[in-house]
Amino acid sequence: MTANPALLLILGAAGVPLLRGLPRHALMAAVPVAGLVLLWALPEGTAPGLQFLGLELMPVRVDALSRVFATGFLIAALLTMVYAMHLRDTLQQAMTLVYAAAAVGGTLAGDLVTLFVFWELAGLSSAFLIWAGRNERSHRAATRYLAVQLLSGLLMLAGIVLRVQSGAGLEFGHLGLDAPGGALILAAIGIKCAFPLLHSWLTDTYPEATIVGAVALSAFTTKFAVYTLARGFAGTEMLVWVGLVMAVFPIFYAVIENDLRRVLAYSMINQLGFMVVGVGIGGALGINGASAHAVADMVFKGLLFMSVGAVMLRTGTANGSDLGGLYKSMPQTAALCMVGAASISAFPLFSGFATKSLIMEAVGQEHLTVAWLLLLFASAGVFHHAGIKIPYFAFFAHDRGYRVAEAPLNMRAAMVMAAVVCVAIGVAPSLLYDMLPYAVDYAPYTTAHVINQLQLLLLAALAFTVLVRTGLYPPELRSVNIDADYVYRRALPQGWRALSRAADAGRARIGPVLRRRGGELWEIATGPLRPGSRVSRPWSTHLMVWWTALVLGAMLLLAFL
Amino acid sequence: MKDDDDRRRLDEPRNVTRIVYGLAVLCALIFAADLFYTKHPHFAVEEWFGFHAVYGFVGAFALVIVAKGLRRVLRRDEDYYERGDDDG
Repeated sequence: MTANPALLLILGAAGVPLLRGLPRHALMAAVPVAGLVLLWALPEGTAPGLQFLGLELMPVRVDALSRVFATGFLIAALLTMVYAMHLRDTLQQAMTLVYAAAAVGGTLAGDLVTLFVFWELAGLSSAFLIWAGRNERSHRAATRYLAVQLLSGLLMLAGIVLRVQSGAGLEFGHLGLDAPGGALILAAIGIKCAFPLLHSWLTDTYPEATIVGAVALSAFTTKFAVYTLARGFAGTEMLVWVGLVMAVFPIFYAVIENDLRRVLAYSMINQLGFMVVGVGIGGALGINGASAHAVADMVFKGLLFMSVGAVMLRTGTANGSDLGGLYKSMPQTAALCMVGAASISAFPLFSGFATKSLIMEAVGQEHLTVAWLLLLFASAGVFHHAGIKIPYFAFFAHDRGYRVAEAPLNMRAAMVMAAVVCVAIGVAPSLLYDMLPYAVDYAPYTTAHVINQLQLLLLAALAFTVLVRTGLYPPELRSVNIDADYVYRRALPQGWRALSRAADAGRARIGPVLRRRGGELWEIATGPLRPGSRVSRPWSTHLMVWWTALVLGAMLLLAFL
Repeated sequence: MKDDDDRRRLDEPRNVTRIVYGLAVLCALIFAADLFYTKHPHFAVEEWFGFHAVYGFVGAFALVIVAKGLRRVLRRDEDYYERGDDDG
C-alpha cells in the first residue's frame, strides 16, 4: 500500500502549473480535500513497510496523534490554497502544496528516515515562498532561512545516525533526551520549533515571505516540529521551562514591534511556548492540549496572517506606523481579523479558549504554580498584542486616509472558512476533542473558567485602553528591534570584517618588521656556512683528526650508557 | 472609491469615550461576578477575590511599561541590517 495523502498532495502540486483559470482553482481546492478523505479512509496502524537501500521504512503510520496533526495540516492547506487562488504565480501555489505535503508526510512517517526526508522537504519547499518575493531583500532572507533549515536537517540526520549505530533502530516512537542521538534530534526540533535563542530565523524571515507565503509558513513548519516533539519527547521536564520562556519573552517584543506580520511571528513563538509546555508535562492532558492547541493555532494564526496579508495587498505595507482606519474600506477583513484575534486570545466561544485551557488544566493538575502564573501572564500578553494591537493599529487607531478595495473574493472566502473553523471549535470543542490522541475528560465551559478568562481578558483590554488614552502606550515607530538574529546578521559579519581588517592592518604594520628581522636572523644563522666563514674554511688535517676522535669517542660513550 | 471626508461614528471622540466607559462598566461587572460562584481552584491564589481581573490588568500594564523600557535598548533604525551589509 502506498496510499499516502502526502504523495497525493505532491502529485496535485505537479498539476498546478499545467492548468489555468478555473480548472487550476478547482485542482487547488480539490487536492487538500482529497487528502483529507484519504487520510480518514486509511485504517489505524502502520501500513506494510518497504525496503530501501537495506533500510526498513514505514512511510505511513496512522494513529490518533498523527491523524489529528495531519488533519490540521490538510485543513490549513485547503485554507491557504483558497487564499492563494488570485495569484498568477504558480510557483507559490505549487510549492505551498509540496510544503503541506511535507508536513503531512512527516507527520505520518513511522520511521526516522522518512521523517528526515520530509523534514528537509519542508525546509526546502518553504524557502521558495520567501524567494517568491523576487527581490534582493527576499532573496537574502530566503538564504538565511534555508541555511537554518538545513542546519536543523543536518542535526537530525546526525542524531538518527547515532541512534541507528547504537542499535536503537529506525522506528519513530518516543526518543527521549538521554537516548543516543536524542540531544541532537531535540536540537534539530528546537530550531524548527523556535526554542529561545534558536528562534530568530522565524521572526527574521517569516515577515519577509510573500503574502501567501507567510500564511503557509505560519501553519506548517513549527507545528510539524511540535508534532515531532510530542511524539519523541513527551514528558521531558526541561521542555516545561523552555516553553515558559517561549511563551513569555516574545510578548515584550510584540508590543514594540512595528511590522504587524513580525508581531504575529512573535506571537507565534508565544503560542508555541504553550504547546511546548504541554509536551513537557506530557501525559494524556499535556499531549492532548499541545495537539489541540497546535491544530487551533494553524487556523487562527493563519487567519490573522491572512487578514494582515489582505491589508498588505491593498495598501502595500504591514507597518503599524503607516496603517489605521481601514475598517472603513475593509470592514469584512476587519471583522474576520477580529475573529482570529478573539481565537488566539482564547475568548470564550472561540477556538483558543477550548484548546489552551487543556494546557492550563494540565499545568494546574501538576500544581506548577510558577508555570501557571507565567502562562496566565502570557495569556494576558497575547490578548494585548495579537488580540488588540493587530486589529487596532491596522483597522482603527488613526485614519491614515487609505481608501482601498476590500480583499479579493478568494481571500475573503478563505478567511471566512478559517473563521468558521475557529468558532466551530470554540462553540463545540468536542469536534476537536474527539480527534485527540487520548480521551478527553475535561469541560472548558464551567462558570468559573468562563468568568476567570473574561476577567483576565477584559481587564487586560482596560489596561490597553488606559495606556492609550493616557498616552503612555509606546507609539508605533519605524524601527527594528535587535534580537538573537543580531548574532548572525550583524555581530558575526561585522566580527569577520573586523578580523579581516585587523589582519590586513596587522600585516601592513608587522610585515616589514618581520621580514627585516627574519632577514637579519637568516644572515646570522647562515653566517658560519658562507664562503670564508669559519666552518666553510678548509680545515687542517690535525683538527679533522681531533674532531673525528671526539665524535667516535662520544658514540662509544653513548653505546655504553 | 469613497470620499475622503466619510466620517463614521468612531471618528467622533465622544463615541470613542462612550465605548471606553462601556468597557469600564463591563470590567466592573465581571470583577463583581466573583461574588456569585464558587471556585474550585488548583492554586491558592485563585481564591483571592478578583484575582484574574487584577492579574490581567497589572500584567498587561506592566508588560507595556517594561516593553517600552526595553525599546530604549533594542530599538534601531529601520534600515539597520541593510546598512550593515554595505559596510564591507
